[in-house]
Amino acid sequence: MTADKNKKTLVSSDTSPPRPMTMTQKIIAAHAGKDYVSPGEIVMANVDLVLGNDITSPVAIAEFDKAGAKSVFDRKKVALVMDHFTPNKDIKAAEQCKCVRTFAKKHGVENYFDTGDVGVEHALIPERGLVTSGDLVIGADSHTCTYGALGAFSTGIGSTDMAAAMATGKVWLKVPGALRFKLTGKLGRYVTGKDLILHIIGMIGVDGALYKSMEFTGEGVHTLSVSDRLCIANMAIEAGAKNGIFPVDDKTIEFLKEHGADEPRIYEADPDAEYEKTYEIDLSEVRQTVAFPHLPENTRTFDEIGDIPIDQIVIGSCTNGRLEDLIIAAEVMRGHRVAPGVRAIIIPATQKIYLEAMEMGLLREFIEAGCVVSTPTCGPCLGGHMGILAEGERCVATTNRNFIGRMGHPKSEVYLASPAVAAASAIAGKLAPAI
Amino acid sequence: MKIKGNVIRYNDNVDTDVIIPARYLNTSNPKELAAHCMEDLDPTFVSRVKKGDIIVAGANFGCGSSREHAPIAIKESGIACVIAKSFARIFYRNAINIGLPIVECDVDAGEGDVLTVDFDAGVIVNETKGTSANFSAFPPFLKTIIESGGLLAAVREGKL
Repeated sequence: MTADKNKKTLVSSDTSPPRPMTMTQKIIAAHAGKDYVSPGEIVMANVDLVLGNDITSPVAIAEFDKAGAKSVFDRKKVALVMDHFTPNKDIKAAEQCKCVRTFAKKHGVENYFDTGDVGVEHALIPERGLVTSGDLVIGADSHTCTYGALGAFSTGIGSTDMAAAMATGKVWLKVPGALRFKLTGKLGRYVTGKDLILHIIGMIGVDGALYKSMEFTGEGVHTLSVSDRLCIANMAIEAGAKNGIFPVDDKTIEFLKEHGADEPRIYEADPDAEYEKTYEIDLSEVRQTVAFPHLPENTRTFDEIGDIPIDQIVIGSCTNGRLEDLIIAAEVMRGHRVAPGVRAIIIPATQKIYLEAMEMGLLREFIEAGCVVSTPTCGPCLGGHMGILAEGERCVATTNRNFIGRMGHPKSEVYLASPAVAAASAIAGKLAPAI
Repeated sequence: MKIKGNVIRYNDNVDTDVIIPARYLNTSNPKELAAHCMEDLDPTFVSRVKKGDIIVAGANFGCGSSREHAPIAIKESGIACVIAKSFARIFYRNAINIGLPIVECDVDAGEGDVLTVDFDAGVIVNETKGTSANFSAFPPFLKTIIESGGLLAAVREGKL
């Protein structure tokens, strides 16, 4: 889609819409060249960015070639991020990256990221300013929904969708209905966006938002940092949602400017937009929350958690590998050592975060406390490498999924938590709250 | 289209990590993927699945990652159709895009039951139990993709 065309659709949606729409519906309508879309309607929409990683892209590339596509629709609007099994964990993983590297070179894909400048994709893309408010982003990675934090519509799709979008710049979308989460108040000490999203998933279930948008509103939104919002939107998929989305405010604008993103296109939900359900949440009442195996909806707070000894903690991933996450983990660990028998793995999500954490002295603190610090990778989050669990082992992870076998042996266990809780647990040698 | 097959039964929230564990995602070869299909949930699946079998599951089938390797592994295993009370949305579109027949329907069926699925009439008959259930047809847009043999075929033919 050209920028000009984008403007035109924006202008037409500037006039009062014939019927009220949610924020998500407005962005989809603008990208489908329509004044109005209704839930359930299927539209073809123009995409501003198509994303793939080293696992999903090879399948997409094979489909792209098989379909006889000659070139990508826009060399600036495709991003290929080699983050899952990198640095290449074995020969097959190396071959997959080679396939994507060759494709990127052949088609002149400008946003190709490989070992040396790569980061976990959903931390990297906002950091590089590749997404802005009002964009429509699709990615062959389920956590593509992360960019809703910046007021974009973004959603995960599969490899065939990715191939079609790389060729045509378009994607078919069924317009989602929406759930509204009205936030008030402010999160307490060591209670983070991770605790909030786990709390919500525990409340509505892993299919509680199936096919729908999760729209976050209310004055409480503005108290959340952009880092917290990215974490919350990131896990919308764990409630089955198509996307999670936040309104654009000063913090969003500041973040976009700082990272050199395009001018934001701001869409607001109509005051009388229809929501299937509204949940009101007082942020000050949210407590440190842990999701027990083997579903993100199995949430408990520490008054319901007994003695759960652990073998490993992982702090990292697209959910919680940002600088703010490392800062809070270091703060909790300061003056303590990792408990004997616990392996503590810290994974800054991007090279920039790694460098900043190094310059702040955080990496030294982690290492002196008994942690290892890894190069950016998705690695253990999906049981790839860099921290796989043996039978019967337990890990507290700041990642996003705790399905059977997710981090290794099918009889291992993953407990999802915030960086503060993971750090506190590393010190205690068991699941523990940060105090 | 009409198919008949034996049921392999699963419960709610069958995620893509158990359909095809990420440790095998260093390949996209369908045969290699099928060799590990369902391994972490049901280690007997690979040895007992027969061409034409039908998976029947509960809610939210295919939740989790966007890996298209999941429907590819199921299709390559010989599964003729997946019937579930509901599907996770990325799995749903991936299955349509690669041509794995799926049906959203709350059907009464146990392990080993024989089902007949009539896609045109929108009826599932459980031959073993003597019961039946109806399901709604795909909207025209999705029907076009399915009838073209997948998303890219539909794109190539200029049908979308």
